[in-house]
This record gives sequence, C-alpha cells and structure tokens, in this order.
Amino acid sequence: MNKRTALALLATLALAGPWQARAEELTEEQIQQIIEKAKPYIEAEVQRRVKEELEKQKATERVAAPAPTPTPVAEPKPWTPSQPIPLFRAGPAYMNISFDSLINFGWSTEPEGLLNLGGHDPAQRGFSLSNEEIVFEGAVDPYFKGVADIVMSLDEDGETAVELEEVYILTTSLPWSLQLKGGQFFTEFGRHNAQHPHQWAFVDQPLVLNRLFGPDGMRNPGARLSWLAPTPWFTEALLTVFNGQGETAFSFRNEESIEIHGGEPVERGLRGPQDLVFVPRLATSFELGETQSILLGASAAFGPNNSGRHACTQIYGGDFYWKWRPENAEAGFPFVSWQTEGIFRRYEADDRMTPDDPPGSAVPLPDENLHDWGIYSQLLWGFHRGWVAGMRGEFVSGDDGKFESDLRVDRTRLSPNLTFYPSEFSKLRLQYNYDHLQQWGDEHSVWLQLEFLLGAHAAHKF
Amino acid sequence: MKAYKVVVAAVLGGLASLATAHAKLNVVCTTPDLGALAREIGGPLVEVRSIGRPNENPHFVEAKPSYIVALNRADVLIEVGLELEIGWLPALLDQTRNAKIRKGSPGRLNAGTVIQPLEVPAAAVDRSMGDVHASGNPHYMMDPERAKIVAQAITDRFAKVDVANAGAYADNLKKLLARIEAAEAEAKKLLEPYRGAKIVTYHKSLSYLADRYGLNVVNTVEPKPGIPPSPSHIAALIDQMKADKVKAVLIEPWYDRSVPELLAEKTGAKVVIVPLLVGGEPETQDYPSLVKLVAKRVAQTLGGGP
Repeated sequence: MNKRTALALLATLALAGPWQARAEELTEEQIQQIIEKAKPYIEAEVQRRVKEELEKQKATERVAAPAPTPTPVAEPKPWTPSQPIPLFRAGPAYMNISFDSLINFGWSTEPEGLLNLGGHDPAQRGFSLSNEEIVFEGAVDPYFKGVADIVMSLDEDGETAVELEEVYILTTSLPWSLQLKGGQFFTEFGRHNAQHPHQWAFVDQPLVLNRLFGPDGMRNPGARLSWLAPTPWFTEALLTVFNGQGETAFSFRNEESIEIHGGEPVERGLRGPQDLVFVPRLATSFELGETQSILLGASAAFGPNNSGRHACTQIYGGDFYWKWRPENAEAGFPFVSWQTEGIFRRYEADDRMTPDDPPGSAVPLPDENLHDWGIYSQLLWGFHRGWVAGMRGEFVSGDDGKFESDLRVDRTRLSPNLTFYPSEFSKLRLQYNYDHLQQWGDEHSVWLQLEFLLGAHAAHKF
Repeated sequence: MKAYKVVVAAVLGGLASLATAHAKLNVVCTTPDLGALAREIGGPLVEVRSIGRPNENPHFVEAKPSYIVALNRADVLIEVGLELEIGWLPALLDQTRNAKIRKGSPGRLNAGTVIQPLEVPAAAVDRSMGDVHASGNPHYMMDPERAKIVAQAITDRFAKVDVANAGAYADNLKKLLARIEAAEAEAKKLLEPYRGAKIVTYHKSLSYLADRYGLNVVNTVEPKPGIPPSPSHIAALIDQMKADKVKAVLIEPWYDRSVPELLAEKTGAKVVIVPLLVGGEPETQDYPSLVKLVAKRVAQTLGGGP
C-alpha cells in the first residue's frame, strides 16, 4: 500500500463517521468485513485523487493556465496532419484576421458590363468574384490601433487583381477628444464612401459615387484629424488631407481625367500644401426617443485637378441616416432604416486640347465649369429575423458642357432587393436593377450575391 | 456691450455647471444589471449610465453615436466581458478617445474576469457550433453569488479611481451584499421544492440560474447558441419535452414567442418570460428584486400556478 492509498484509506475512514464511533466494540472479523465493504470506495477515492494530481500537473505545465472551471477540461488530442491548425483564436490573439468574400452571379441586358462601373460591383454576366478582402487589425500598443485591408478580385479573364485598399494607423489616446488617422483610407466624405463593399445594403455602389469618386471610391494616402465636440449630443468635426493623385482621387489629379473633361491631362505635381486635397466634414447625431436615431452630415472636398495648371475641383455633399429599431429586437430585427445622400461637383476645366489621336485631330476646348450632381435614397426594412427588404432610387445628372461625357448624362436607376442573413457571417442577396440611361434607354439586370466571412472581423460603426 | 456681458456670463455659468457635474464619478456600464450594482455601490457619488436597455438583447446592442459621447466622458467603464459585447463595444471604443477607460486602465473593469465562468468550451470552437463564447457563458449575472463577486470588484475599482470616497463605497457594498443575500435566501426557499426539475430555455442565458438553484436544463429552443430553431429541432424537442415531462419553457423578453408557445401547446408546458436585466419590468428596479421576481415566477410555473 503506497502513501497515497493509505491517505485515501484514512480519509475514507474519517468520512465514515458512524463506523468509527462503534470501532471499540467491534471484533477483528467485523473490522475485516468493514474493510472489505469499504474497499470499492477506497479504490474509487484513490483513482479520483490520482486523476486530480495528474490534472493539477497538466495545468501547471500549461503556460498561464486559466483557473479551473466547473466544466471538465478535455484531454488534448495529439495533432494529426488532417487537423486544421488553429493559428488565432479570439481570446489571446494580438491581431484579428478576417477574410470576406463576395461571390456574384447574374445577368444583364447590357452585354459588356458597362452598367455597373464600381470596381467591386457585379458587372459581367455569369459568375464573378469582385471583392475578396483580407483584413488585419488590432491594437499596436497603448497608443495606436492598426488596420490593413487587402482586396483581391478576379477580372473577366480570370486574372487576379490585388489592391492595397486601406492601410492606416489610428490614435487611441490623444487628449482633448482628438483622433488622428494616417495612411491610406476611405475618405470620410458622406456616408457611403467610407464603407466597405460587404457593408453595403445593395450589391453595387451608388451611381453618384461612381461618377464623382470613381470606381474604387475616394481613398488616397493622407491624414485625418477628428474632434469630438463637448456637446451633449454627438458632434464630430473631421478634416482629411490627402495627396489627390491617381484613380482613387478621381476628381482631382487623376491620369484618367479625360473621362471628365475630354482634354489631355497636364502634368501637375505637388508644388506645395495648396496642391493637397482638403476634406472637411461635420457630423451630428441625436435620438428621437429610445428607438430612433438620426445621423446628419455635411462634407466638402477642395483640391486641384489636372485639366490645366490652375484648375480646381470643389465637391459638396450632404447625408442623412435614420434608423428605427424597437428595444426588444431579436438579433437586431425588426428595423427600418432610411439613408439618403446627395453630392454636387463643380469641376473647373481649363483651356485644353482633345487627344491628338489620330494625329492632327486635336481640337481646343474652352475654359468652362462642369457641374455634376446626383442623389440616392435607400430604404431598408428588416421585416423578420435575418430578412431585409430594400429599395433604392437614384438619379444622376450634369450640366451640358462643351465636352459631353457618358458620365454626365441623365440616368435613373431603381433597385429593389431582398437579403437573407443565415447568420451574422453569411448572407444571400437578390437584386434587380432597372436602369434608364439617356443614351441607351432601358436596361435590366439581376444579381445574386453570396457573402461569407471568416475569422474575427471588427464590428462596424453606426 | 451689455449683450456681450450676458453671453459671457451664460458661458461661464454653463462651464461652472459642467465642472460641478464632473465632481461625480462618471460610470458607464454595458448592461442595466451591472448599472444597478454600480448605482447602489456609488450612491450619490456616481452618475451611472447603462448602454444596453433592460429589454434589449445585450449581444445585439446598436452602436449608436450617443454612446460614443457617453464613453468619451466616462471615468469608469464596466463591461460583462466573455465576448458578450464583441459585436458592438469595440466599434464604439474605437471612436471614444478616452484613455481613462482603455484596456488595462483602472477605469476599465471587465467583470467577466473576476468570476468563474460556466460552459467554457473544452476544445477549440468554431462557428459551425453557433455563437459559442470561447471564454465561457457570459450570462453570469443571473447567479446572485457571482453578482456578489462582481459587486466587490466594482467597489474595489471605485475605491481605486476615487480614493477619497473608498469608505463610502465599502459601506454601500456591505448594505448591497446583505440585500442580495436576503434575496438569494428567499429565492432558494422558493425554488428548493423544484430542485432537479426539468426545464427548457430559449438561449443559454439561464445556465447560471439553473446551476445555482439546481434546475435541470434538458435542452434549448435554439438548436445551437444564436441559431433560430429549425422545424426538425422543434419536432425533436416536443418529443423530448413529453418524455421528460418538462413543465416550463423559460425565455428572455426579446425572443420571438411563437415557437415557445407552440412547444407549450403541444406538450402542456408553460412559457415563462424571465427578465434577464434590471428594469425590464416594473417590479425589477434593482438587482435584489430581480433575483426574487425571477425565482417567484419560475417557482409559480413549476408549481403549476398561473
């Protein structure tokens, strides 16, 4: 009998109080009988203690083992090659990694995919993978948060395009309610521009954003300062400053600006701070009772464009978002939300020449101001847990200039859709687009979109 | 000139009132039950605001901008933790810019770290299992014993942030603990006859209640946490409830009642709406009264009452 068993025996006898009390009057035979009777208990006790001891050892071996919980801890199974390797779990990870995929299937009466001009919209007939997004985010240290967002998509030839959509650092503890953001990020202009495709309520980008901010939205290397005003209700003032060059600064120094003004763009570098793009925004929010919230915003963007050496662009926008949700909503349903955004652009086009192609065909275009504007309004009704019916109406237009562009003609689009969310991590969306274009007439498209989300994806703001 | 002076006076007056308002400790809690504890411990020394509302599912709170304002001005933030608020609190905190309530600061209390959670998954979880919380079940406030531990932690934190009033907080805690203990004793007495009674709950939010009072949760209306019931699960549940003679289906105020009512109709069980959070019903204005009301209602149903 080893020491443990002896201890266990003593413990068992100690527990067996009634037997102990009568011990003096018992004969040796009776004692023997009692011991025989107690044997299974003793054995069980021994087994329990040995197991406990082993578990204790295991627990101390595990680094920073959590305190023992009432739930039994399962035996760790030896790893086999067929098992997935868990790299990151929600708890102890330093970084959240997520992957979000949008898979589209659809058909349009327009065969070339020219109706949906957004870089991540379903446009081509049949299947398409338009937005496959990898997001890394987490606390850098006590002072910063870091986010990197890499988006891949397959073009119609099956080639993979990769873009660095957003990479930025965000301060978490500046004084006076200030916050600084630096890197490349979706400019906080209006409501829709700052959202990623998988947050959208429709499969495609609103037309007005398409026309004024380009296929990939307004996002350019820069910095943003934000201040939360000490008002009793939410008021945030933001100022973004960015380079304003390239396709993601569509209305500014953009190589492709010929689409906007018809002339050969001029070379125009950053000569000084006056050549940066400045984007002020003011947003305010208040609540109507316990169940309704309103968010109002006004934004503007000012910067140089490359139609000439001294030309500038001004963009103004207003946005409105209202949402109703009862207190006892089940998983966020039911709800009704209404979002409307209008944007106006004044584009100063300098004296310029049309492209000299074929040679000798170039003609001068006069100095003029090109005006473009558009509005969209969308109503969503989450009528049952997991189900959302949506309706979006849009109109875009522009004043006739000396240069007529497809991006300036009147266009109306109506998009009813229906979305089903099996869980927060997947969705299935069916959308019909009725399009009326001044140059082509009526067009119809139907798109089906499936989304899946893996990993820890940060929660979205209101 | 006169108008100018009036404006200056008004502005200064406004600032002065702001300054006095700040003399109180500004406490933000993610749920009303944490808020109720904080309010009793802090008494007149604190101003408590709860983000989630009493009949709102704390998993799915909307990240409204007004909450950013509240968090921006908070001296202390108390959260349930165990990933309960993962869907909305991080989005708010990103915009809060308040170093006082940053993780690791004395002003930030994650109450989930001070209690022993139930249902910590033994093996790695994935989302095919539904919304399983990797760190354990976060609905621990349904257990008065754990609520007492949380109350202690809140008191310690208040004392750390506001040293001058540590004595007052400790006194308030003593009174609160006595009231919780009395409520728990009453609840135990009410539920003692039903120890081992088989019940069905909607979500896993009543595990701690069942554990404390010895009720036996044989199944949930949700097939997996956060996953709405499917017809096959409902059919199987009806058979199980009949076989196990389940008398009560306990549901939270925010779930659709049609499935629980169908179960009740098919099996003869009764549906009990259990207010999970303080303030959800007129009789639950503080934590001890919530403990008593829940016990009373469950006992009544299990006893065959109305």
